[in-house]
Amino acid sequence: MFSKAKLELTVGVFVVIGLAALLFLAMKVSSFSGFSDENGYEVVANFENIGGLKVRAPVMMAGVSIGEVSQISLDTETYEARVEFLLGGQYKLPVDTSAAIFTSGLLGEQYISLEPGGDDVMLKSGDHIKLSQSAMVLEQVLGQFLFSKAAGDE
Amino acid sequence: MSGLIDAIAGLGRRVVNSIMRMGRGNIFLFHTLMSTGIIFKEFSLLVKQMYSVGVLSIQIIAVSGLTVGMVLSLQGYNTLVDFGAEQSLGQMVALSLVREMGPVLTALLFAGRAGSALTAEIGLMKVTEQLPAMEIMAVDPYRKVIAPRFYAGVISMPLLAAIFSAIGVFGGYLVGVELLGVDAGGFWSQMQSQVGLYEDIVNGVIKSIVFGIVVTWIAVFEGFDAAPTTEGVSRATTRTVVNSAFAVLGLDFILTALMFGGA
Repeated sequence: MFSKAKLELTVGVFVVIGLAALLFLAMKVSSFSGFSDENGYEVVANFENIGGLKVRAPVMMAGVSIGEVSQISLDTETYEARVEFLLGGQYKLPVDTSAAIFTSGLLGEQYISLEPGGDDVMLKSGDHIKLSQSAMVLEQVLGQFLFSKAAGDE
Repeated sequence: MSGLIDAIAGLGRRVVNSIMRMGRGNIFLFHTLMSTGIIFKEFSLLVKQMYSVGVLSIQIIAVSGLTVGMVLSLQGYNTLVDFGAEQSLGQMVALSLVREMGPVLTALLFAGRAGSALTAEIGLMKVTEQLPAMEIMAVDPYRKVIAPRFYAGVISMPLLAAIFSAIGVFGGYLVGVELLGVDAGGFWSQMQSQVGLYEDIVNGVIKSIVFGIVVTWIAVFEGFDAAPTTEGVSRATTRTVVNSAFAVLGLDFILTALMFGGA
């Protein structure tokens, strides 16, 4: 058996490793650290249909994750989906930026893709993105395809 | 005719015996919990048990975690790649580890590695009449022997489960990203966006705490309740591993249904 000091040291190391593993799980594996940029700002966009978009889905520009969806609700005046998302403070985007909902891969999760515009004025917190493109809903696309196919046959 | 009566009587005796054991087990747990104060008064007792219960289990937990993570990644990749969804590999590996594999496999390994040792140790103390000797010297065995071991197990188990899951995720990363060439960014970001802190990580930790309590309780109780013979100790050690496995798997179903059961 060890001396008392060495015993206490090894047990201490064990507890530290265990807590470090917990911290790793909380910070790196889960989304706890996900997006908590204090300088971040929130932008709103309305979509006709958001498909399967979920809260915490990533917001990408040119394939780079620059924010995440923070809230999804239904706009009761226009009956459109109102999506609020948080963007990192270091990303300044023109006001005529457009938003689209894409799917990563065939069955992957859905995300918001931003396409920068050319305006000199930058988006501020609470601003609306006016140009938006809805999610592609597979059933709709299939329906359109079948419809056009049937129309073409005549 | 008398054979039949004997069989029925034997059955009844077994039922009565197991109910009595259940009662003894709960009284035992109550006594242990009443002796909690000792771990604050004599902290070194707890530290010593943490060493033999926790530190000595790290090796098997780390190696198992690594291999389980690697196998999950390998198997998951083969399935996911058919759907072009290999980006979800990180999410699959992390969720299965954090929710199920981590707590359950750690508890099973813990029962085999530390639980059986606890039972054998306490059982042998009983065989060599150390426990009665303590009582004669007015030393409460619950305080000196049982409580430190019980709490060492309860504290060690969640830490070991966290180590298992963390190393498992790392093993999954090694195979998925380094060996099979899944995009590292997708691996981590899918994992982070789909694994929730409260619904997954905290629930996994709660599971491992519950398993820690149950497995250590069974282990120390079986040792304490063992027949004071060589055969009795060996039977108690077997019972610890078997009963712990049943308890862990049964409780896991109940906890999973409560936590992730939807509805």
